Parts: sequence; C-alpha cells; structure tokens
Amino acid sequence: MMDITITINNAEVTASVEPRTTLADFLRDQRRMTSIHLGCEHGVCGACTIIADGAPVRSCIIYAVSCDGAVIQTIEGCDDDPIMAELRDAFTAHHGLQCGYCTPAMLMTARDIVTRLPHADADRVRLELAGNICRCTGYAGIVRAIMAVLEQRRKVG
Amino acid sequence: MKPAKFEYIKPSDLAETMSALATGDGFNIVLAGSQSLGPMMNFRLARPDRLIDIRELDALKQVARVDDHLFIGALVTHAAIEDGALPDVTKGMMIHVASGIAYRAVRNRGTIGGSIAHADPAGDWPAALLALGAEVVIDGPNGTREMAIADFQIDAFTVALEAGEILRGFRVPILSDAARWGYHKISRKPGDFADSIGAFVCNSRSGVARLVLGATDGAPLQLNAIASTIAETNGAGFDIEAARAALAETEEAFEPFKARMHALALQRAVADAYKT
Repeated sequence: MMDITITINNAEVTASVEPRTTLADFLRDQRRMTSIHLGCEHGVCGACTIIADGAPVRSCIIYAVSCDGAVIQTIEGCDDDPIMAELRDAFTAHHGLQCGYCTPAMLMTARDIVTRLPHADADRVRLELAGNICRCTGYAGIVRAIMAVLEQRRKVG
Repeated sequence: MKPAKFEYIKPSDLAETMSALATGDGFNIVLAGSQSLGPMMNFRLARPDRLIDIRELDALKQVARVDDHLFIGALVTHAAIEDGALPDVTKGMMIHVASGIAYRAVRNRGTIGGSIAHADPAGDWPAALLALGAEVVIDGPNGTREMAIADFQIDAFTVALEAGEILRGFRVPILSDAARWGYHKISRKPGDFADSIGAFVCNSRSGVARLVLGATDGAPLQLNAIASTIAETNGAGFDIEAARAALAETEEAFEPFKARMHALALQRAVADAYKT
C-alpha cells in the first residue's frame, strides 16, 4: 500500500492505496463517488470521465497512486457550478438522458466542450462526444442540450 | 477487468529513472500518460512487475526550436499539440494529427513519446513522425544518442530502445513554406483505432518526399520511390490504382479488402496534400 494526498471536490484527502487500484475504483470504493461509472474499463465508453487538474480524463485507466497531489473534480462537486447548472437544466429540457448511466460523464465532457470550444457547432459537438457512449438517447437530445447552452452563452456574451 | 499486481515507483529525475530501469528484478515498464498501457494492463495483456512513473518529469517536457528542427519532449501531450501550445513548424500537420487521436479525455493525458515507445501499429504518431522524417533522442547509461525514427520503429510494439534507455524526445524538421502534407486516417468512428493511415510529406527545402502507410501489421511502411514521383508530378495521376500498384511493389502481402483500404488512405493523403 502507498499513501497519497489528493484533493477531491475541494477537500484534501490522504489515503492508502494499492498501486493497481485505478483512480475510478479508488473514488468509487473508498470515497463513495458513485457518479463514476465503469462501463468498459479500457478508455472507450467514457462513463468514468472526471476532471483531473482542470481537464477531463478517463479515471479507469489511470492509477490512484499516480495521482498523488492531483486536484480532482467529480459530478458530486459540481452542485454550485453555474455552467453545470445550465447543462443540467438543458439536459432535462432536451431529453439529454434516459437511464442516466452515461450522464455524469456526459456532463463532464459537455462542460469541457462549452468552456474550451465556445464557438462549436452541432457537428463539432458530435465529434467531441465520440468518446462518450450513450445507449438510450441516440445522442440527438444530448447534442441539442449542449447546443442550447452554447447558444445561450453566446447570446449573453 | 482490473490490472494484475505490480510495484510502483515515481523517480524524481531522469538519472533516478535510468538507474531504476537498470536495477530491479523482473519486467519494468515506463509509465507516461497511461492511455495505452492502462487499457492493456486492465486486459492483462501487459503484466509488468514494476511501473516506473515518469509523467511528472519536467526534463521530458521540454520544447525548443534549434536550427532547422523543433525538439519535442517525450511527455508533451496530444492535447498540448492539438491546442497549438508548441510552435507550429509542420504547417499544421502535427496539430491535425494530434486532434484526431482517440478522444479529448485521452489526449489530455496521452503523450507523443508514449505513443512512439508503445509502437501500436494503429497509433497515429508512428506514421506521422516517420512521414515528417523525425529523429528520436534517447538517453541511456552511456549518454545520449540519436537515430532516425525509421530505424527506431522495428515492428509492432517493438522499438530500438536498449536496456536502461529512455526516450527523451524528438527532433522534427521544420517544414519550408512551400512544403505540402496530407494525412488521412480510416477508422470506423472518430477516435477509434485506425484501420488504415496514409501520410504524405513533401518538404521542398530538403527536396525530400515521403509517403507512409500506417496501421499495418508491423512498423509503418515507407513508399519512397513513389513518393519522389508524386513530388515531381505534384500528385498528378496518383489515383487509387496507382496507390494499389505502389502497394503491390512492396514485399507486404495484404488481404484484398485491406489492400483497397490502404490504397484509398494513401490516395486521399496525397490528394489532400495537393488540394490547394
């Protein structure tokens, strides 16, 4: 076991982890961050996407031990995030989710799209979503939701 | 799945990394961004005894313009290249290639050096850096050495790193203003592993043209003779039949379906290079 210190949703946490424990398993099993979903465990489905040091990453293919000192944000820490609030409302209004399995990671990816690519069109949004698999919505609602937030933010400026 | 048990160390500098590589029993693997190795370890296709985590070594993140090339440290991420954080010396080619690798969440973590050292035939950088004529810079117990990436890439998942050596970075030639490039990847969906990659670079300053086929069964394939002809004729007449003929002249045996796909990737890469 190895000790790590890691900031999770603004709280500094010291924990003991086995080297082979992925960041996803550490956050789920030891920290009860159950918004992180493990679909494929090889970086393809995107359901485990979280924010590490300001950028979205796959938590299933990196090790907790290698994240010593990292700053992590999960959906549990996004309650007061204004962009996330806009995205949540838009996902509800535009049927951006059904079963909800992909949703936390979809929101994480959506937040990255909205902040990194403020001028994205629907085609670009679809391209950026290629790494997050949804089996319910056919993506149409998700794309509409993200576009609605982008357009609203462009209007406000 | 979950990875098998392993030991983990995080050296604080390059010297410590190399001495770690030289010591310890069993199978050591260097861990950079973990975006290829992570999945392989989860599948237990890779079962290292010990991981040597170099991701935070600043010595491997340097970028510097030196004479006629750009030095790019091995730990520069695909996302940094995509975002234009480096001087663009390839007329946008590296930006284009980086932005097509997997997904943003992967590009944020994955590194150019990791991609080359891992040497997955379906990877983008092995074909792209070969077309660009890059050199690799290697640090080892006996000092630093450089070699052409064509010699470094031996086979699928096999590169010319000796025991105790570490890939420090790449020297990428600066393309001239008149240079042309094309890069075409065929995959089932954006971000998926490549089924075929065509890469073409003609650098008029050096007079060198390279046509490369990636996503083969081994190291990327150079089609030098046809590349010179293409450069002389500005790509005229290089249709899919010409691409198939060029492939047929290699010693590689491709299934008919694969041969057609590879020919298409090559033809489209060249067409893109001479589009304007």
